[in-house]
Amino acid sequence: MSVSCDLLVIGAGPAGLAAASTAAKRGVDVTLMDEQVAPGGQIHRAMESRAFKAESVSRADDERGVALVAEFRASGSRYQPGTQAWQMQADGKVYVTDGARARVITARRVIIAAGAIERAVPIPGWTLPGVMTVGAAQIRLKTITYKPPAETWLAGSGPLLWLYAAQVIEAGGRIAGILDTTPGSNRMRALRHIGGALGHVAYLKRGLTLQRCVRAAGVLVVNHVEALEARGEGCVQSVRYCVKGDWREAPAALLLLHQGVIPHTHATRALGAEHHWNVLQRCFVPNLDSWGNTSIESYAAAGDCTGIVGAEASLLQGHIAALEAARALGKLTPAQRDELAAPHFAHLWRHLAARRFLDALFAPRASLLNPADDVVVCRCESVTAKQIRDAVVLGAMGPNQVKAFTRCGMGPCQGRLCGLAAAEILAAARGKSMQETGVFKVRAPLKPLSLSELAALEE
Amino acid sequence: MSETAECVVIGGGVVGSAIAYGLAKRGEKPLVLDGGDSSIRSSRVNFGLVWLHSKGDGMAAYGFWTRRACDLWQQFADELTDETGVNTQYVKSGGVNYCLSEAEYNKRSETMQRMRGQAAEDPYEARMVDRGELRQLMPRAKLGGDVTGASYGPHDGTCSPLYLLRALHAGMTKRGAQYRADSPVTAIKPVDGRFEVVTAGGVISTPKVVLAAGHGSMPLEKALGFDVEIIAERGQIVVTERVAPMGILPANGVRQSTEGTVLIGTTTESVGFDLSTTPQAGAAMVKRALSVFPALAGVRIVRTWAGVRTLTRDKCPVYEQSGQYPGAFIATCHSGVTLAAVHANDLAEAIHNGKFTPMIDAFHGRRLK
Amino acid sequence: MSNVTVNVEGKAISVPAGESAAGAALAAGLTHTRVSPVTGEPRAPYCMMGVCFECLMVIDGVPSRQACMVPVREGMRIERQTAVEVWK
Repeated sequence: MSVSCDLLVIGAGPAGLAAASTAAKRGVDVTLMDEQVAPGGQIHRAMESRAFKAESVSRADDERGVALVAEFRASGSRYQPGTQAWQMQADGKVYVTDGARARVITARRVIIAAGAIERAVPIPGWTLPGVMTVGAAQIRLKTITYKPPAETWLAGSGPLLWLYAAQVIEAGGRIAGILDTTPGSNRMRALRHIGGALGHVAYLKRGLTLQRCVRAAGVLVVNHVEALEARGEGCVQSVRYCVKGDWREAPAALLLLHQGVIPHTHATRALGAEHHWNVLQRCFVPNLDSWGNTSIESYAAAGDCTGIVGAEASLLQGHIAALEAARALGKLTPAQRDELAAPHFAHLWRHLAARRFLDALFAPRASLLNPADDVVVCRCESVTAKQIRDAVVLGAMGPNQVKAFTRCGMGPCQGRLCGLAAAEILAAARGKSMQETGVFKVRAPLKPLSLSELAALEE
Repeated sequence: MSETAECVVIGGGVVGSAIAYGLAKRGEKPLVLDGGDSSIRSSRVNFGLVWLHSKGDGMAAYGFWTRRACDLWQQFADELTDETGVNTQYVKSGGVNYCLSEAEYNKRSETMQRMRGQAAEDPYEARMVDRGELRQLMPRAKLGGDVTGASYGPHDGTCSPLYLLRALHAGMTKRGAQYRADSPVTAIKPVDGRFEVVTAGGVISTPKVVLAAGHGSMPLEKALGFDVEIIAERGQIVVTERVAPMGILPANGVRQSTEGTVLIGTTTESVGFDLSTTPQAGAAMVKRALSVFPALAGVRIVRTWAGVRTLTRDKCPVYEQSGQYPGAFIATCHSGVTLAAVHANDLAEAIHNGKFTPMIDAFHGRRLK
Repeated sequence: MSNVTVNVEGKAISVPAGESAAGAALAAGLTHTRVSPVTGEPRAPYCMMGVCFECLMVIDGVPSRQACMVPVREGMRIERQTAVEVWK
């Protein structure tokens, strides 16, 4: 039942794959577990079996993904796909399940590479069937070359909106239009960080290429969208949007929302590691040293779950965390580690400097973060923004009291989706900062586990 | 310039809030000082039983006090709903304690007999039911093969502890109490017949102070002349996804909430204030629940909780007015949900009058010396 | 890519082998895949990456599976989730 390893890597995206390969190369006994059934994470999802191969827009990504997965496969790491961690303890015991049976892995070191999730920004009607995230549609494109119906609208802000639109067009599909909520004022703010972006012009060039490609295909692009609403009986039938106070409505068969990505911090928070508020990225991130070590002994984190850094920088962070793990496990001296890590650090700084420009350019529109009273915030428990605000009136001083009063975040998703959205509403209602407000405490199990699976652990 | 208040209640959990609500109903304007969002809160980690038939083994008064609470609960719940619109979901369904072997059944039977014999009157009116009768009580449930029977208490029931707390907060505020979060008390100084309550936000002067802060009472009580030992004991609870109504009676190890979630509890662990949940402890209590209802096997756990019970040495409540500093009160107990109905009524009345009835005085801490 | 045949709400449908159970349900034309146990509203997959838990379905008789995380297999039975019944 019980397995031991030197290093347990959680997550098979760029950071996790790079970490496993690098550590294995240094003689570390590595187990990599991932909840997906194949390596690659979201960006390189189904890399080995992908039906849809981009010819131009994401070829560089794909080539990097293929190499990364192949290197991992050859690394000698143990690979446990379809496996979810549901409890992590400071003593290195990680409880996992494959959906049928729970067991424990005892690791001397752990690297959490849980990746990113899309920022949930609740709008009226977003619980209607037919409203999904852009990421969801892109996963279907990658896995089965799914082309959305003609009346598909993309709404929100961020590079993924444009990447996905370009990919659909390249795959021979169409979309009705893009409703861009990016505030015009973001450009001025982003210019402050243009220096960093110029150090890595590939990001800028790529963004411009994608936008050009989408516009050239005749996709309607509506800028400065201030508010959104999904409407329909039983499923989405139309999208309403507001530009300069003027509401318009268009028929919609599929509405894909996107407001950028945020770190998936469920694992590091459940572990009890310290976190802080990242102002520019508007999200909580774990407190880390430069090697990726968390505040909990023997646990490190790498990649987008530590703050959004992108696929290339995630890979570098994976290498760096793995070298530190090899050092901690006695496979490298500190001097060897430093020497091997130096080139990775040099590349990483360049990526991080460029990232600040993107963060500022695609910062979410503030008014969308504070939705109207009747908007459902917690989808699992159907808790509205008003219920959260009412809890504040009753004296709820933080997210955990709001949860107790309203059941917000008590459903199966455990506040993964609504956590940040609820905290934003709470902070606004109390006139407090997000750092002061904080976010829900995360409780085991990280993923629902059946009672019989837990009971079977007793022996 | 320091702030003044006619009464300060320290602790905004289910004990402090019930007392403050009762005082506010009696025309006082208590100021309730509460801790922060991450303070240790037994009120949030709670099984939600309004429970009589296992309380008071070794202390007859506790049985009668709890019975009084159970008798008052329906009226108390209705009153809260009327005043605040919050339904505490109280149901006096009767409750059971399952026995999983002949030996357990016999032991349980002896315990019930002993408790019944503690006083001339029987506050419990509980009885043992065998497997056959248990099946009649819960005709839809499929009992596990090991279930031999149960003790059955007709006065037992359940509520939603979270809605209870919300209702008390709404009710006391509506009645004129003031609730102040993020205001942990660092010291209390008796000065000339009054009390100076020290918080980060300033000092509050009051003639009456009620210490009801659970474990938070311990560092403050000496200054008021109290000497009550409050012991921490960890309890873990497993909560499942919502399932269709099962038609089962609540028990101290397993119950279904009005929302449909199944609650499984609970451990008793002496680990201080460590609030982590442990898979092994969870596994043991879940295993027992599955012995009672094997059909729950595939139901998914949504979260596990750990809370710290606030226990005295004999696990019964302590209520006192300070002999040294009249006007200072302490209330500490484990079953704050069940006792909320008497805390908001009898105990609040006693604190309001500054005079304890014999029933309440029975819970003076001197019995533990 | 090869195809597999799954059974969605009693109807056979052929889907690509890389599809998830949630994707198969959408491909079969199901507008909603579960009913909210709180409000009774219809709900459908939202994130397709294991975060939102909106795609909980009954797969091969087992309720509350995250359908977006379950790859299709030949003959898989995929059903809408209404209430989770303990007594069957």
